[in-house]
Amino acid sequence: MINVSKLKKGIVIDHIKSGNGYKIFRQLGLDKLEDTVVLLKNIPSNKMGIKDLIKIENDIYLDLTVLGLIDSGVTINIIENGQKKEKIKLELPRKVYGILKCKNPRCVSTSENVGDIEFTLVNPVTREYQCEYCHENTKL
Amino acid sequence: MIKGKSLIEANDFSIEEIDDLLNFAGKIIAREKDYSDLCKGNLIATLFYEPSTRTKFSFESAILRLGGQVIGFADAMTSSVSKGESLIDTIQTISGYADLIIMRHPKEGAPKLAAKFSKTPIINGGDGGHQHPTQTLTDLLTINQLKGSISNFTIGLCGDLKFGRTTHSLAKILLQYPGIKFVFISPEELRIPDYFKAEIGNDRFEETNSLESSIAQLDILYMTRIQKERFFSEEEYLRLKDSYILDNNIMKMAKSDMIVMHPLPRVNEIAEEVDQDDRAVYFQQAKYGMYIRMALISKILGKGE
Repeated sequence: MINVSKLKKGIVIDHIKSGNGYKIFRQLGLDKLEDTVVLLKNIPSNKMGIKDLIKIENDIYLDLTVLGLIDSGVTINIIENGQKKEKIKLELPRKVYGILKCKNPRCVSTSENVGDIEFTLVNPVTREYQCEYCHENTKL
Repeated sequence: MIKGKSLIEANDFSIEEIDDLLNFAGKIIAREKDYSDLCKGNLIATLFYEPSTRTKFSFESAILRLGGQVIGFADAMTSSVSKGESLIDTIQTISGYADLIIMRHPKEGAPKLAAKFSKTPIINGGDGGHQHPTQTLTDLLTINQLKGSISNFTIGLCGDLKFGRTTHSLAKILLQYPGIKFVFISPEELRIPDYFKAEIGNDRFEETNSLESSIAQLDILYMTRIQKERFFSEEEYLRLKDSYILDNNIMKMAKSDMIVMHPLPRVNEIAEEVDQDDRAVYFQQAKYGMYIRMALISKILGKGE
């Protein structure tokens, strides 16, 4: 078992579904940070069997929308003075801008520079969002 | 009420606004000459990024019969699009010249994108298989004119009810009128989607694959073409394309005042012999398409009564 020491100040992204850790790491651009960042994969978990976990030593701005889309089950703990200051549980955002791309080849967004597309959550179970232009559903 | 508004999807207008349009179209039909100068001095652009002779002629006839003038193109290859101009740039330019833009585009959502950048209202003349709101208005005017109202009817929708999204938008609007019931007639493979049935509610529709057994109860029969481009395999299309062929024998089973509608073009889902039957109204329907477009253009330009 690999041990990582407790954070004094920073962010812990916990309960990441195994395999999503690297996706979140990449999407948040954590490789570009100069702070200490740890990505742990496949850690034993009572609740989940195995899970991924990310620790970031320092405060950074987190785009929660992105996290919610990749893995809405994650919890985010904000740590200060070695203690949990705040726990954030994510939900899927109702509207999403600029993250998803429409996968319908007949959609105008595939041939014109439409800017950020508004996607609206239509099914939280299947995690499907509807494109504002063609109304086709897209999953992340 | 709709002055200055764009029409991108059939449900962009409220039922009150649609009724207002239907009433105004009725007045135009009754006294067409009175409206021949209504849009004199207005310049309207018809931007057809894919050919559609029928829709283009319908819109242009409507404009000319109102005394308006038309600029535009019938094919993207004859426009600056062939030089690589974006839709957004074309719209920003043309909307500086014209009072109203009517566009047809093969890409779904193109008119919605255009409306975001246009200085003038946009009418969607069809965006791929996505939306065709003036077809829906045409259908409503046809029912209103030929049946006297849009209420207390049993309407049979027959053919491709799975992919035919224009029938979905027609059904959605009809449901807002009182006493409308549907009979969905389609092969198993082309049934109306479950989410749509859930929206309608079980007490307002029946589902069957037999036209013969259901036609007797219908006040309106709306036939649709089974479109080849919707199928992944040629084999499946060939198997389903002739699922329904309405002929004089089947028409014998229908009510004497039932009307047969079709958005046209038809392939072989209605035998030509049916054209002689007074209940076959699809060519009248096409003419009503021009009248509703006259009403729509006038009202958007703020010229209607």
